Amino acid sequence: MAKHVIDPITRIEGHLRIEIEVDDAGDVFEANSSSTAFRGFETIMKGRDPRDVGMFAQRICGVCTFHHFERGVEATENVYGATIPPNARSLRSLIWAAQTVNDHSTHFYQLHAMDWFDVVSALSADPAAATEEAHRWHPNPFNASVSHYSAVAAKLLAFVQSGQLGPFAGGYWGHPKYLLSPEQNLILASHYLDNLSVQRLSAQATAIFGGKNPHPQSLIVGGITSARDGLDAHRIAQYQFLMQKSMDFVQRAYLPDIEMIGSVYRQEALAGQGGGVPNYLSFGGLSLSEQPWDNRSYLLPRGVVLGRDLSTVHPVDAMKIGEEVAHSWYTYAGGQTSLHPLRGQTNPAYEGFNPDGTLKTAGGYSWVKSPRYDGNPMEVGPLARLIVAYAAGKPEVRAVMDDYVAKLGVPFEFFYSTVGRTAARALETKIVGDYVPTLLGGLINNVKGGDDRFFNRYEAKDGEGYSMGEAPRGSLSHWLVVRNGAVENYQAIVPSTWNAGPKDARGARGPYEAALVGQPMADPESPLEVIRTIHSFDPCLACAVHVLNRNGEEIARFEVEV
Amino acid sequence: MSRARTQADPEAIDRTLDKASIEHYERLAAEADAHLDELAAQAPLKDVTLEDQLRRRGITRREFLKMTAVMTATMALPSMFDLRVARAAELATRLPVIWQELQSCTGNTMALIRNSNPGIDELLLDLISLEYSEVLMAPSGQAAEDQLEAAIEQYRGAYIAVFEGSVPMADDGSYLTIGPAGHTGIEIVKHVAENAAAVIAAGACAAYGGIPAARPNPTAAVGIADFLNTQRINKPVVNLPACPVSSTNVVGTILEYALFGRLPSLDAFGRPLWAYGDRIHDKCERRGHFDAGQFVEGWSDIEGLKRGLCLFKVGCKGPMAHNNCGVVRYNDGASWPIMSGHGCIGCSEPGFWDTLTPFEVPLAGRRFPVFGIDADADTIGAVALGAAAVGIAAHAGATLVKSATEQRAAKKPEAKKEQ
Repeated sequence: MAKHVIDPITRIEGHLRIEIEVDDAGDVFEANSSSTAFRGFETIMKGRDPRDVGMFAQRICGVCTFHHFERGVEATENVYGATIPPNARSLRSLIWAAQTVNDHSTHFYQLHAMDWFDVVSALSADPAAATEEAHRWHPNPFNASVSHYSAVAAKLLAFVQSGQLGPFAGGYWGHPKYLLSPEQNLILASHYLDNLSVQRLSAQATAIFGGKNPHPQSLIVGGITSARDGLDAHRIAQYQFLMQKSMDFVQRAYLPDIEMIGSVYRQEALAGQGGGVPNYLSFGGLSLSEQPWDNRSYLLPRGVVLGRDLSTVHPVDAMKIGEEVAHSWYTYAGGQTSLHPLRGQTNPAYEGFNPDGTLKTAGGYSWVKSPRYDGNPMEVGPLARLIVAYAAGKPEVRAVMDDYVAKLGVPFEFFYSTVGRTAARALETKIVGDYVPTLLGGLINNVKGGDDRFFNRYEAKDGEGYSMGEAPRGSLSHWLVVRNGAVENYQAIVPSTWNAGPKDARGARGPYEAALVGQPMADPESPLEVIRTIHSFDPCLACAVHVLNRNGEEIARFEVEV
Repeated sequence: MSRARTQADPEAIDRTLDKASIEHYERLAAEADAHLDELAAQAPLKDVTLEDQLRRRGITRREFLKMTAVMTATMALPSMFDLRVARAAELATRLPVIWQELQSCTGNTMALIRNSNPGIDELLLDLISLEYSEVLMAPSGQAAEDQLEAAIEQYRGAYIAVFEGSVPMADDGSYLTIGPAGHTGIEIVKHVAENAAAVIAAGACAAYGGIPAARPNPTAAVGIADFLNTQRINKPVVNLPACPVSSTNVVGTILEYALFGRLPSLDAFGRPLWAYGDRIHDKCERRGHFDAGQFVEGWSDIEGLKRGLCLFKVGCKGPMAHNNCGVVRYNDGASWPIMSGHGCIGCSEPGFWDTLTPFEVPLAGRRFPVFGIDADADTIGAVALGAAAVGIAAHAGATLVKSATEQRAAKKPEAKKEQ
């Protein structure tokens, strides 16, 4: 048995450490996920003006930018009983959609694709054969021509010959688990470079109504400030144009690439590699109405699927969420194993590392807590949203998912894998992007009807509230208590906490760890398979980390009637 | 589609130059030429040429020169530097850069990769030799750390270290550990900065501690310059605050380094004067409405928002904030906060999370409970403003007085009838 430490996991936001132990056959039999940075956000929130909460919360993450902003603003709206007008709903949802398209495509190409394609192998590709190969996956593939592929190959060759690989340096090139042909590798490498430019368009689209990206600035409690942009046909057309260009790339590059990867890596998917825990959670993605969370409608509905049983979608009950700290760098006074986040305590108990620099896995080994739903570890993210929406019978989702597995000639269970998780992210990009014209139509019709409201007045008051929703990486909830007009307590439970948390008191693993255990490893010194599975969750660790409030000697108490 | 506008017409700058200024710029130009010759004599670190990059993007040389001329003007240099800035961009392949994440949200890296197509920003990022970036690189774990060590070894004393995020000092730095050996942020910054030629603190957190350092600063987070001071590490540091940093300001700073071999002239807070010399208020597209006393009176003032009136009364901190956002904008000129109807939050100012909040409350009407008295700007006047924005006063005393005067002026129309 050998222990391998992988830190830093690169190409994620924030800081993540993974330790795996492999048996003699080279399979992973133990995996530990640790987050190694902490900022203390909730403590910083205390005493602030509740109207500022969204602006502060947004700085939790520069990748999931906007989502923390919207959750924070909504949490205050929930406390105040503030509502927003339909135009504000439309603009917020348009930013959500553009941000999701941006986030998913950037995650796949810039942060994840190098786990699937081998840059060095792409050098031996024949540009003519690559062009032919690209046409196998789409009738009019993106930037596919002999001259373009030759130029890309020449660029890659120049990188390699100069010894200056830049971001390509030091990868696991030549690893036996890179299964694509040289031509397929060249196609992906080409799209990697293409998306560096294309992804800017959807980021720009979010800035049309958000002011900037990262960290848009236009949301306010009760509405949105970018009324002038929302009423301007030119700005709406600009948004539409940018999204059409972005979706053109999704249609002609991203989706065909995902089909290609699904086809080549099908055996690993069918073997269930990287499947992880069988439970899926969604708080509802892409809001379609301006009602508060409990009776709002969504493009991707909220719900819980347990044990991969698609016949039942359980309603989400916020009171069934509990957080455990058996293996986190925290203790609970009173010895409870699990606390509802609203009654959470955060007493830091940093135990450090073993003398040899490895994690002390018998005790605490992470700054992340272990959230559980009704005692179950839950996967969150694009796959979870699509599984819940599929089980709920959403026709748009059923069509896209069924079509994908039908094209590959595989059963639906294909999705319960690392490959399936990566595919779900692409399919969701299509579902969300395809809905943009409907969203725009709603805004235009409403404005045409004479409604130019973007803000509803509200009365500031004390109380308790929350906001639950979906960020690209998964379920995100913010919880807020206001006393004497100021923030008394603030909590956020973020997607990567659900996925990255360490074991719970019963020793049950969270999604990352569960997805790694049993993974065959070709070469533990080059842990490509581990990196690929972790990246398939789209880790966002500064974000997971921020939830851990450090209150010094004080015990955080957070009580909200939900 | 809207485009980033140039800060000034370079020709106009030249026409207004007096003899002494021309002599000054000629000395600077000679300095630049000497340094560029020195760079040119070095072997490129990367087998990527400007010509390749231009061809790949379908940019003609003429278009490239236009872009560098815009950049030259943004950097507050006269047009005699246009070709020198172009040459500096070309020679950027000699510049090794290490980008280190600390206590951050990655927003500054995201700002760079989400910004500007196909402008000089992206071009320059392809030309410089980015030797280490956790977010963008392929290897993880030991391979990543090996690459960092190799880069430090190979380019000792020659690389630019860019830091994103603050350094937590509490509990011996245990709130941030990176790498297989669990090195703390403290150890990493010391190691990377000590061996660098120069240091860039990108974003509000690296510059001044940012949000982790906001009251009560639970991890005792500090910015890079403060950290290096405590460690007695003497390196030139340039602060590029804002949340996130504008990619134009990162690129301009790197270009200036390529041009002269040193960091730009800085204000009292370590910010390049060419980028942070003016207040947001000075270059604001809504400034005419401020001068005319036309304000958005509140968020339900839809007519005011539609007409794009001044946002001062809904809390804009433009009069207290120094940056060039209004000129270069964000996301390839798509927008910027004031254009989207929200006031500036002053994110380029030290301590803005504490001193310029609540964001929706106007400066002039703000109450300052920190003084133990319940007073607003009208009763305690410039004293309170000076304390609230203690940072600004140090280098912009004159501006501050002006700003207080303006705020009093701004109160007048409020006293009249709301529109």
